[in-house]
Amino acid sequence: MLHIVNKSPFEKNSLEQAISNSKDGSAILLIEDAVYAAKSSSSVAEMVKGALGQKTVHVLGPDFNARGFADEDVLEGVTIVDYSGFVDLVENNGTVQSWV
Amino acid sequence: MKFGILINEGPYQHQSSDSAYQFAKASIEKGHTIFRVFFYHDGVNNATNLTAPPTDDRNVTLRWTELAQEHDVDLVVCIAAALRRGILDESEAKRQNKANFNLADGFRISGLGQLIEAGIQCDRVVVFGD
Repeated sequence: MLHIVNKSPFEKNSLEQAISNSKDGSAILLIEDAVYAAKSSSSVAEMVKGALGQKTVHVLGPDFNARGFADEDVLEGVTIVDYSGFVDLVENNGTVQSWV
Repeated sequence: MKFGILINEGPYQHQSSDSAYQFAKASIEKGHTIFRVFFYHDGVNNATNLTAPPTDDRNVTLRWTELAQEHDVDLVVCIAAALRRGILDESEAKRQNKANFNLADGFRISGLGQLIEAGIQCDRVVVFGD
C-alpha cells in the first residue's frame, strides 16, 4: 500500500499518523510541504529513520528541490523520485491512501 | 492502468492542483489512462473560466481544459460543491435564475456518483488536496 503525505510535519501530524498506521512493507511518499521531513537533519529525522526499517520512504524530487534542498540534503535511506517515479509507486502498490 | 484523480483544493491555494496535473501528465506520458478527474469541495474553483492569471504564470484552469481536449480526460465538477461556490454551467444558471455562467471548457457538472464510478472503474484513485 502507498501512503501519500503532503503536509509539513511541522504543521500537521499526518506523517506521524501515516507512519504509525501503515503496515510493514508499505511505501510512504512525501510530496508538497511534506518533503521537509526528508531532510537529513531535522527534528523529525529520527521518526522517519525509525520507519525506514519496515517501510520504504520516498520523496518527490521536484518538490524537494523547489524548497531549496539539493539531492544530497536528503536523509539517508530515503529515495528521491520524479513524477514518473510517483506514477510507478501508484502502479506498483495495490491501494493509495492520501493523508491530507 | 486506469487512474482516477480526486482534487479537493482550489487553484493557487497550496499546491494540490499543480501536483495532480503533473501526476496526470506523467501518467499519460507513461501510457496510462486518466479515466476521470473529479473536483470536489474547494477543488471546484479549478473549473471557473473567469480566472486571468499573469501571462508569465501557469493558467491552472486552461491547463486542465487542454489536457481534457488532448487526451480525452473526463473533468467532472461536483454539483453541490459548485453551486455553493458560484460555479455554474448554462443549464444550472438557468435553473438557479442566475444571469451568468462560468464553467470552463472541458469540464462538466455532475454528482458524487461519478466519483464512486471512478472508484469502481479505475485501478487506482489518487487524492490530492487538503
